[in-house]
Amino acid sequence: MSVPRPRPKLDADNRAFWTGGAQGRLYITCCADCGGYTHPPRPVCRHCRSEAVAPVAVAGTGAIDSYTINHQPWMPGLPVPFVIARVALDAVPGVFLTTNIVGCPVDAVDVGDRVRVRFEEQDGIWFPLFEKGA
Amino acid sequence: MARGEAYITGIGMSEVGVRLARSPLGLTVDAVREALADSGLGFDQIDGVTTYPGRMPTFLGFSPIGTDELIDALGLKTHWHAGGGELTAQLGAVAMAAAAVQAGQARHVLCFRTVYEAAALARPEEFPPLRRKEVDGASQWTAPFFALSAANWTAQFATRHMKRYGLTREQLAQVALNGHANAVRNPRALVKKKLTMDEYMAARMISTPFCLYDCDRFTDAATVLIVSAGDALGDVASVPVRIAAMAGSVDRYSWDQAEWAGAYATGRDLWRNTDYRPADVDLVQFYDGFAFQPITWLEGLGFCDLGEGGRFLEGGHRIALDGELPMNTGGGQLGAGRLHGFGMAHEAVVQLRGQGGDRQVPGSPRVAVATSGGGPMAAALLLARD
Repeated sequence: MSVPRPRPKLDADNRAFWTGGAQGRLYITCCADCGGYTHPPRPVCRHCRSEAVAPVAVAGTGAIDSYTINHQPWMPGLPVPFVIARVALDAVPGVFLTTNIVGCPVDAVDVGDRVRVRFEEQDGIWFPLFEKGA
Repeated sequence: MARGEAYITGIGMSEVGVRLARSPLGLTVDAVREALADSGLGFDQIDGVTTYPGRMPTFLGFSPIGTDELIDALGLKTHWHAGGGELTAQLGAVAMAAAAVQAGQARHVLCFRTVYEAAALARPEEFPPLRRKEVDGASQWTAPFFALSAANWTAQFATRHMKRYGLTREQLAQVALNGHANAVRNPRALVKKKLTMDEYMAARMISTPFCLYDCDRFTDAATVLIVSAGDALGDVASVPVRIAAMAGSVDRYSWDQAEWAGAYATGRDLWRNTDYRPADVDLVQFYDGFAFQPITWLEGLGFCDLGEGGRFLEGGHRIALDGELPMNTGGGQLGAGRLHGFGMAHEAVVQLRGQGGDRQVPGSPRVAVATSGGGPMAAALLLARD
């Protein structure tokens, strides 16, 4: 993308998610008591309400749950079209990431496609994008 | 007419247009005056005010006027007011007003929604557009991927429906075609011309599967509903419409973690709060900021099974003015304008009173559903003329 991505404001809850890409890791908040995942990351488990939660590195692979090909330039200079997708992460039940599918033509994307994370860095934020093949 | 019931007793609407010169407060006052005249109430009888989402200083086009400003501008003497965005969608403001009159906190509540998105675009120095350089809260999970519009978020629900249940673009088109056809019969509607299937299919894409006609457009307008207590109907000159049930439930409050929109949980729960059943409903006004949303309401409220919404719309006959379930009879947001939820309740009242003119649903309808919201936002009102 030739325009800057809107930058997430880092805080104690989201820092691991947005900076884990520096180590090539995708971090999702997980509960030490029940094993459940909580996303968006918060300091309490949304399943068992335990506060023994911490970010853990997950595989970074998954499948496209749904998608849309965006044609509208919502911001000046935004190159279109591009794919926005919701990815269901492997072994992270109940967690979905909204992301972009990159590295393939926009019409090569379908529901169920296998994808893997590919980080894109901008000003200290590591955006988890996904590409086909996993 | 007992205490404990809430009624919509007045409806009003400003001019509806694009890039209007009249100020947002001016539009709001226009709609208030019309609603008061409609109800037979005077300014001094209004003792409550509510709105969605309240004045948004960072996004004035989306919501330029708050309850505090309107109360002060009109010199109202209120006992209760509330405005906010963390409601069960836009019509949640009406549900709040109903709860207030049921609890005896107010007798006649002005509920308003003023939108100024088109004028704001034309006058950016006065109404700066929303800046998105840095995001937090829920926006941080979508905006960094340029999923900047609810069109993008809602489109993914629609794609899932197409892949899983076979929804087609031809079926989806019926929402826009029906909205345009009804708008032509509504003198206050933004759209003045019918839409053909060929025009729909040829339109440019916004975010697949949504084309231009699947998305409502920025509108400048104010809509007002007056909600009155059941034991205050003696003050009122209009035909009151009872709020027979309200719901605003979610299974997962999230645009991107939930599998389906809040319309499903809200639709299910609306019937828990009433003895009416879907078969009793004479017409529906389903929020259609995007054409897919009425499908979620059809399914969520049980007018058809999950996955059957597209087939329900097939050909458009069922939802037409003379169909089994007339839908968005004033044009909906795709036809009448982006009144942001309040237009759905306004039109339901018009129809239940038999004031629909060329677009009046035949057979003296008595029961209607009006909804608002998309994604995790959902509010449903069941309205009845006794």
